[in-house]
Amino acid sequence: MNFYLLTLIKMALTALVLLTCCAYAVWVERKVLAHIQLRPGPYRVGPHGLLQPLADLIKLLTKEGIVPSYANPFFYLLAPFLAVALALTAIVVIPFTPEFELFGVRTAIGLTDLNIGILFLLALSSLGVYGIAIGGWASNNKYSLMGSLRSSAQMVSYELPLAMAIVSPLLLVNTLNLREIVELQNGFHFGLLPKWNVFASPVPQALGFVIFLIAAFAETNRVPFDLPEAESELVAGFHTEYSSMMFASFFMAEYANIITICCVATVLFLGGWHPLWPAEYGSDLVPVVLLAAAGLMLLFHAAQAARRRKWDRFTFPVFGVLLLGLAPVFLIPVLKPVLIPFFWFVAKAGFLVFVFIWIRGTLPRYRYDQLMRFAWTFLFPLSLANLLVTGLVVALAG
Amino acid sequence: MADTFLDSTELVLNMGPQHPSTHGVLRVILKLDGERVLGTECVIGYLHRGVEKIAENRTWQMFAPYVDRMDYVAAVSNGLGYCLAVEKLLGVEAPPRAQAVRVILTELNRIASHLLWLGTHALDIGAITPLFYCMREREYVLNIYEKYCGARLTTHAFRIGGLQYETYEGFEKECLEFCDLFEKKIDEYEELLTGNRIWQQRLTGVGILTAEDCKEYGVTGPMLRAAGVKWDIRKAQPYSGYEKYDFEIPVRENGDTYDRYIVRMQEMRQSVRIVRQAVADIPAGPILAKVGKVIKPPVGEAYVSIEAPKGELGYYVVSDGSTQPYRVRIRPPSFVNLQALDKMCRGALVADVVAIIGTTDIVLGEVDR
Repeated sequence: MNFYLLTLIKMALTALVLLTCCAYAVWVERKVLAHIQLRPGPYRVGPHGLLQPLADLIKLLTKEGIVPSYANPFFYLLAPFLAVALALTAIVVIPFTPEFELFGVRTAIGLTDLNIGILFLLALSSLGVYGIAIGGWASNNKYSLMGSLRSSAQMVSYELPLAMAIVSPLLLVNTLNLREIVELQNGFHFGLLPKWNVFASPVPQALGFVIFLIAAFAETNRVPFDLPEAESELVAGFHTEYSSMMFASFFMAEYANIITICCVATVLFLGGWHPLWPAEYGSDLVPVVLLAAAGLMLLFHAAQAARRRKWDRFTFPVFGVLLLGLAPVFLIPVLKPVLIPFFWFVAKAGFLVFVFIWIRGTLPRYRYDQLMRFAWTFLFPLSLANLLVTGLVVALAG
Repeated sequence: MADTFLDSTELVLNMGPQHPSTHGVLRVILKLDGERVLGTECVIGYLHRGVEKIAENRTWQMFAPYVDRMDYVAAVSNGLGYCLAVEKLLGVEAPPRAQAVRVILTELNRIASHLLWLGTHALDIGAITPLFYCMREREYVLNIYEKYCGARLTTHAFRIGGLQYETYEGFEKECLEFCDLFEKKIDEYEELLTGNRIWQQRLTGVGILTAEDCKEYGVTGPMLRAAGVKWDIRKAQPYSGYEKYDFEIPVRENGDTYDRYIVRMQEMRQSVRIVRQAVADIPAGPILAKVGKVIKPPVGEAYVSIEAPKGELGYYVVSDGSTQPYRVRIRPPSFVNLQALDKMCRGALVADVVAIIGTTDIVLGEVDR
């Protein structure tokens, strides 16, 4: 009974948090991109555009969902559902924290503890192509079709280097369970450098990490591999015809995929919830210091008379006090074993999401043939070589 | 291959007039084999306003603002060409002071036009950020225009016979400030794009137009120079005192999209050089030659061409001795350069078409007139 109740609560919480994260990933993307491009970004809806995701959601919900007369209605409606369902499912195997005791039950933040977690993830990411392929085909539009063709080819091609890059750290840890993978990355070289898989002792997986990241960009259709929706060529690619919540589903799927793949990268290569440096040197204090600093900065800016926006004079102190109040929570001994690891996990995954956005603001887009050539003649052999070297060293050393 | 059971036909794709990267209302009909382009057909005229016909029932002065509306991102160059043509018909020449100011404003306009090209071209290739940087610098130029004549885009900066307005106080200083600032900014753009491997891969070898092709199609401007022909009307047939200034004509040899990009980037640097020289030596004196309130050129015809940012901009004006032009024929560089689109696109990929349209640097207002 307890187990079912707990799982239900966790499911509801995970869905809520993930969907909110997706919505705010869009906000963060727009803000970061805007600041790279000398613009303020969303600013009107709520303080600093913080309610923009909500406004977008209401707009999309109330729009009419148009099914073109020449589209295949069944597959046309199936595609966005498939895309978003698969994208949201993948998060269930990610372990966010180590296990802890709650009301006498051992549990962890994270839905399941699947012992074939990695295979499950790979299966889901392969299925993800179908949403886009079917959507592009069912729209019966030339731009959509070209977008989905490109996308299918791209995602299938990049799955190989992605899988190869995943396999090499697996050789080091010898398990498919994501929780165990993280637990095995515990500890520090020379008491300072974390024993994450990027810095693993026989063969550091830094190259594998880079390959994984590049393939992840392609898998999630992001710049510089955003050909399926290359708006300067294909208008909007595979979702040209979609409107309303059907479009929002594709959009949500894209961001859910980004968040998931960043979490996977964190688990596989960046040591999951393990801190950047040992707790003896005060890594436990990082969240406290960060939150307190952010809170103080907000209060400082709230005190500035030059703040032009009416909102800021009210919201800055509120958020400032909120963050200051949140800071000591990380010092409470009971909550510490949960919150500190959770903080480190979110920080690492969040940084990777930021890298995704950063790259979008910097690089141009690859051309279709160059993209394929890059995958097959460069990335794939490289990942294979990485795997080979890792395997050899592990076999000889082990 | 007709007897294979999997028979396939070419895909005809309609690109535009509503498409994010056709720079206005250009419509390109593509015939595709997969992603490869078999042929293209341009449909133009969505922005046709009959500018040449309008000229025939306006007076000579009244028509001048209309030419600003052709290439609206390089309105000053358009105005200069028209004024020079009518001046040639009248047999007058603008005073030296007016000529120097004209050169400054025209070169600043070349920079503004190239900046807009660079931003949109990068946007087409998928780099979204340079557009905003380019717009930031373009703003300085537009502010100078606004202070000088009150308008930012369709300026109508010049008058037949010289200038309407004297330069404002601090004009020279602001131009020099812009030059100082802009030279650093070009380095910034080059850092973002020129050395970028994706950028190079996307542009190199795409849309090649050889010198022979250029001559056959009548392609001029940076596209011609990127193919290795050292032809710039500012040097070949100097007008408005360009012979006084020391500058180089950037030339490349391959004639692909990358070379056109490099040529335009270097042209901006040369424009800065010209502006510096011109600002340093603006002669004193009148700004308007004696042309009278009513302009009645003698019966005759004149052709004047100038080096507009996009290529050779020609005005052929015919007078029947009245206050109105008998005929004004305009040779817009965008229109002529666009002819080579099909030649460049054949065998390319869909993504290249966008790059090629971007590098042709067309303005549909000028193509359609």
